Amino acid sequence: MPGASPPAGLSRELIALRAARELEPGSVVNLGIGLPTLVAGFVEPTDQILFQAENGILGYAGISESDFDPDLINAGGQPVDLVAGASFFDTADSFAMIRGGHIEAAVLGGLQVSAQGDLANWYVPARGGGSVGGAMDLAVGARKLIVAMAHVTREGAPRIVEVSDYPLTAERCVDVIITDLAVIDVTKFGLALRETAPGVSVAEIVGRTGAKLDTSGPLSEMSL
Amino acid sequence: MIAEVFDSPDDAVSEIAEGATILVGGFVSAGTPSNLILALKRSGQTDLTAVANNIGLGDLLDELCEDRQLARVIATFAIRASGGRKSRFESLYHAGEVELELVPQGTLIERLRAGGAGLGGVLTRTGLGTMMQDGKQVLELDGERWLLERPLRGDVALIKAWRADRLGNLQYRLAGRNFNPVMASAADLVIAEVEEIVEPGEIPADQVGTPALYVDRIVQCEPIPVRWEG
Repeated sequence: MPGASPPAGLSRELIALRAARELEPGSVVNLGIGLPTLVAGFVEPTDQILFQAENGILGYAGISESDFDPDLINAGGQPVDLVAGASFFDTADSFAMIRGGHIEAAVLGGLQVSAQGDLANWYVPARGGGSVGGAMDLAVGARKLIVAMAHVTREGAPRIVEVSDYPLTAERCVDVIITDLAVIDVTKFGLALRETAPGVSVAEIVGRTGAKLDTSGPLSEMSL
Repeated sequence: MIAEVFDSPDDAVSEIAEGATILVGGFVSAGTPSNLILALKRSGQTDLTAVANNIGLGDLLDELCEDRQLARVIATFAIRASGGRKSRFESLYHAGEVELELVPQGTLIERLRAGGAGLGGVLTRTGLGTMMQDGKQVLELDGERWLLERPLRGDVALIKAWRADRLGNLQYRLAGRNFNPVMASAADLVIAEVEEIVEPGEIPADQVGTPALYVDRIVQCEPIPVRWEG
């Protein structure tokens, strides 16, 4: 729908809130850099979710407002507070947790997700670069991978595509896509629309999605 | 072997040779040996290969690009996909004046661990089907595909801990551990910057993060706080 004004979608904060609702109580979760870091602000303490930061923390509570301690940061370099029961470890242990299947879920940002759940989220061809950090290990190792991203690029091009033309982070790794417009499951049969953002129609979502999208399943509006 | 205590970071790094491969501990601001990095800058040594988690994220490793002391960098985070101010490293990289080998973080730490632990390599799924697979051997074992990653070692490791005792036992604080303990195992000469040097026994044996046998040199320095503002 080139030229059409974009539908009213969720803010970054509301995408993060919706992603937070996807997390199981009592689980261990890693949040990627950027939008996913906001997710920590939307979980209830009673959910007892433990956030893992790949630089070596299990159990941080979110971004700290107190004095900056250079030794107490998350993987995005931001100062964090700790929850009671937090622990520290080295990078080898951290990635044993990640690759070894000990992390229940990761929420990562995305540049593109393909119909079979390939993720591209680290390299922007137009800028001739990018950095991989821990993204490839998280994509391969997290038991459930949630991608939180804008549905289309600033120019309006779909980020959900049949086949990614960006360098990949990992193949067949994404389980759920949460965007400003929709919640989409990646199934063995392809992409399936599960929820629409308030005020956004199924036709608008299909029009802004560059891959086949099954809309025949049970559909609901996101509750936020 | 008992570690040697140095009075200044400049003396501690003075024998680093031209062309050396240097492992640099730390993760952005945490556990980063900033005094040793600046001493290496003052040494003027060139043609160095730096192995570090990151360069140009508020870290002082980027300072080594000012006088082009780095020929090559092996890192997980060096080029930003988003806009914003370019680091010195990024500018040199885009001008083709420094080489970069980008490595997934979990693969970098395991290559270093293999290097320090006398292992011939690591098999990982990370990087399969991506550009990280290029030029590497893929093994199929019991129906599973694995990428073979080779060990990595340094001539020198620059690491940062909170405290050392005079034998060279190191104690870390908070998230300052990160790459430091593994890098301390994977280099011929290990130099540790610490905030305090204490007598043996003052660091409780069960609080030692890096045992003394890995550490060759220790130097006490006032920490230089760095911060990534994004």
